[in-house]
Amino acid sequence: MNSDGPHWDGGGPERLYVITGGRSGSSAKTTLDLVTLIVARSAPRPGMQPEQAAIVRICQRPLSVAEISAHLSLPVSVVTVLLSDLIADNRVFSRPPVPPAKLPDIALIEAVIDGLQKL
Amino acid sequence: MDFRSSESPGSVEAAGPRSEDVLPETAAAAVKVVIVGGFGVGKTTLVGSVSEIRPLTTEETMTQAGVGVDDTAGVERKSTTTVAMDFGRISINDELVLYLFGTPGQERFWFLWRGLFEGALGAVVLVDTRRLEVSFDVIGRLEERSVPFVVAVNSFPDAPSYPLDELRGALDLPASVPIVECDARLRTSSRDVLMALMRYLQGLAVATTEAS
Repeated sequence: MNSDGPHWDGGGPERLYVITGGRSGSSAKTTLDLVTLIVARSAPRPGMQPEQAAIVRICQRPLSVAEISAHLSLPVSVVTVLLSDLIADNRVFSRPPVPPAKLPDIALIEAVIDGLQKL
Repeated sequence: MDFRSSESPGSVEAAGPRSEDVLPETAAAAVKVVIVGGFGVGKTTLVGSVSEIRPLTTEETMTQAGVGVDDTAGVERKSTTTVAMDFGRISINDELVLYLFGTPGQERFWFLWRGLFEGALGAVVLVDTRRLEVSFDVIGRLEERSVPFVVAVNSFPDAPSYPLDELRGALDLPASVPIVECDARLRTSSRDVLMALMRYLQGLAVATTEAS
């Protein structure tokens, strides 16, 4: 674990099971990718599940699913379940990654090349 | 099991991104590149040297009962292993963000993060000349999955140096696949590795367009 990251008591599978209500990421109906950008629609509300409130709080600006996982120290599979509920409840919305069907896309590749050249 | 444990006040204190690490509101879409290589080959070093944020770590738990088993019932009886993956980020422009994921070479880890390779622009195989055999397996698996990749040889001070042609032969690498040398500690060198991948992808895209 990150020594400077948030500290979790009992980060074992039992805790993750509780957070997601026993659901696994694989069964959630979602198309969330590691790099799907998540944006909150509003501030967290009182009474929200703590993990979901944390997601809403850190997603006031766009943040990828992978970054949410890292900042909350939760597996992506768990974050995906939490996000599916938040999306269903209209708390957050997602900006999907560039779809694979469009790859390879010359304009996209050239945009990345332009961006890298500025580094 | 205590089902109230998740309701204890203040149990979630995720700091979230630092203010300087926040993406602009205009960030509309993201793409990803996967850096693949054996343990200690310098994946995190490469990601860290070129990333605009300090590399982050995402973890996934793997049960010994088998990867890809979706059933979480009875998970408490299985022994679990935590596998970590480091990643970084480069803002390409106001709307497009590039994420770099450094993943272990063993295929069994790739399934832990669904969609790691699906939708990835491509991959970089990071090679240590002292452990070529690891890279050999990785290259085979990427070819099976039709993931476009370039090979980057990380120059460790104490590693033997071979001509790139010799390494290409040793890795059984097709002539079309670029192989470059790099120093993963240097931002410009890591940037050039990504640039080599993008130029290669650009060539593939042009070829695809002309063929259709």
